[in-house]
Amino acid sequence: MAALGSPARTMRGLLRELRFVSAATGRPYRGSAAYRYLVKAFRAHRVTGEKLCRAQHELHFQAATYLCLLRSVRAHVALHQEFHGKGERSVEESAGMVGLKLPRQPGGKGWEP
Amino acid sequence: MESVRGCCATRVCGAGVASLGVFCPGFRAGRPPRLSGAMWRRCLRLQDSGRRLRDQAMGGLTARMGPGPGPTTQPLARAYAPLTGGFEINLDHRKLKTPQAKLFTVPSEALAIAVATEWDSQQDTIKFYTMHLTTLCNTSLDNPMQRNREQLIRAAVKFLDTDTICYRVEEPETLVELQKNEWDPVIEWAEKRYDVQIGSSTSIMGPSIPAKTREVLASHLASYNMWALQGPDLACVPAGIEFVATQLKSMVLTLGLIDLHLTVEQAVLLSRLEEEYQIQKWGNIEWAHDYELHELRARTAAGTLFIHLCSESTTVKHKLLQE
Repeated sequence: MAALGSPARTMRGLLRELRFVSAATGRPYRGSAAYRYLVKAFRAHRVTGEKLCRAQHELHFQAATYLCLLRSVRAHVALHQEFHGKGERSVEESAGMVGLKLPRQPGGKGWEP
Repeated sequence: MESVRGCCATRVCGAGVASLGVFCPGFRAGRPPRLSGAMWRRCLRLQDSGRRLRDQAMGGLTARMGPGPGPTTQPLARAYAPLTGGFEINLDHRKLKTPQAKLFTVPSEALAIAVATEWDSQQDTIKFYTMHLTTLCNTSLDNPMQRNREQLIRAAVKFLDTDTICYRVEEPETLVELQKNEWDPVIEWAEKRYDVQIGSSTSIMGPSIPAKTREVLASHLASYNMWALQGPDLACVPAGIEFVATQLKSMVLTLGLIDLHLTVEQAVLLSRLEEEYQIQKWGNIEWAHDYELHELRARTAAGTLFIHLCSESTTVKHKLLQE
C-alpha cells in the first residue's frame, strides 16, 4: 500500500497523460471533461496523508490505476508502432535485401492492360 | 479510409463488422465516409462557428445536460447525463452504441469520462485494441455469451484451482526463494482477510482448495453489486473480476487488487514473477517483453478500474458468513 506514492505525484502524472491525450484532439487539456472531473475529485477528497480515510485511499487508488492505464496504453501503442507497425515488406524490398532486382519487361506482363 | 477499414476488421470483440453500421461506413458502397479522426475535426472546425451562433440563440440543445461545457471548446467525445440518469457518450453529436446496437449507458460518471477520453485519444485510425474500458463496457452491456452472474462467479472461483501463486517450482533455488518471498505474503494476506485456506504446492495437480474456501469466496464475490440502473441481471462486476483474473492468471492477485491491497504494477509484477526472473538473468527483449508487459498492465488497470467504478455506487459489503 505504501507503493502508491503521494497523491500529488499521481495527480501530476495524470495531468501529463491528459496532455498527451489532448495533443491528439488538438484542444487545450484544461477544457477536457477528464481534467475537470479529476480536479474536482481531488479537491473534494483533499488527501492529507495523516488520517487513514478509506474514501481518500480509494480515490487515490483509482487515480493511480487510471494513470497506470493511460501510461501503459501509450507505451503499448508506441512499442507497436516502432516494432510491429511496419507491415510486410514489398517485393522490391525483399529482393533488394539479397541483392536482386525485379525483372522489367518493356511490353508489360501478359495480363496487364 | 483504407486505414479505417483495416482497423475495423481487426476488432477485438469479435462481433460482426456489420453491426458497426453507425460508425463504419466504408464497407457498404455508396455510403459517404463518416468516420475518421481528421475528418471529424475538419467538419467540426467548419461547423463550429455556425453552431456556436445557433447554440447561443437556442440556449443549447436539450440533450446536452452534461457538466458545463467550456466557452470555446467543443470536444469530440463527450460524456453527458440524460434525464433518465446514468451517463451516455456523444461522438460528434451521435450517441455511442454498443456492437449490438444498444444505447451505451453507464451508471458512473468517472467511467463515462474515461471512455470518452479513450475515444478522444484516437487519432487517424480507431484502434480498438487500445480502448479497453470501452470493450469492457460493451461486453457487460451486450453480454454476448449470455452468461449470468452465477456462471461468472463460478468461473472466477474455479481459477483458484490453477492459480499462478499457488504453483511453485522446485528448482532453480533462487527462483524458489523469490517465489517464497514474494508470493507467500500475498497468500497469507488473502487467507487472513477472508479466513480461508489456500495452500501452495509444488505438485503438478496444484493446491487442493477446500470446498469451504470456494463457498466463502463465491459469496464474497456475489456481494458486489451490479449496475443497479439496467434492471435485471447485469453481471458487470463479476465479469470485470473474471477479466482481471484471466489476465493475471491468478484469483488471489485479483482479490488483492479489488481490496486495494496491491497496486496494478505490483500485481502484474507478481503475476509475471518467473518472467521477470528470467529477464534479469538473460536480458530484456523490448519488442516482446515490454510489449506484453504494457499490454498486461493496460488490461489489468482497465479491469480494476472497471470493477471499482461499477461497484462504488453501492458501498454495501455483506459480512462473510462464517459457519
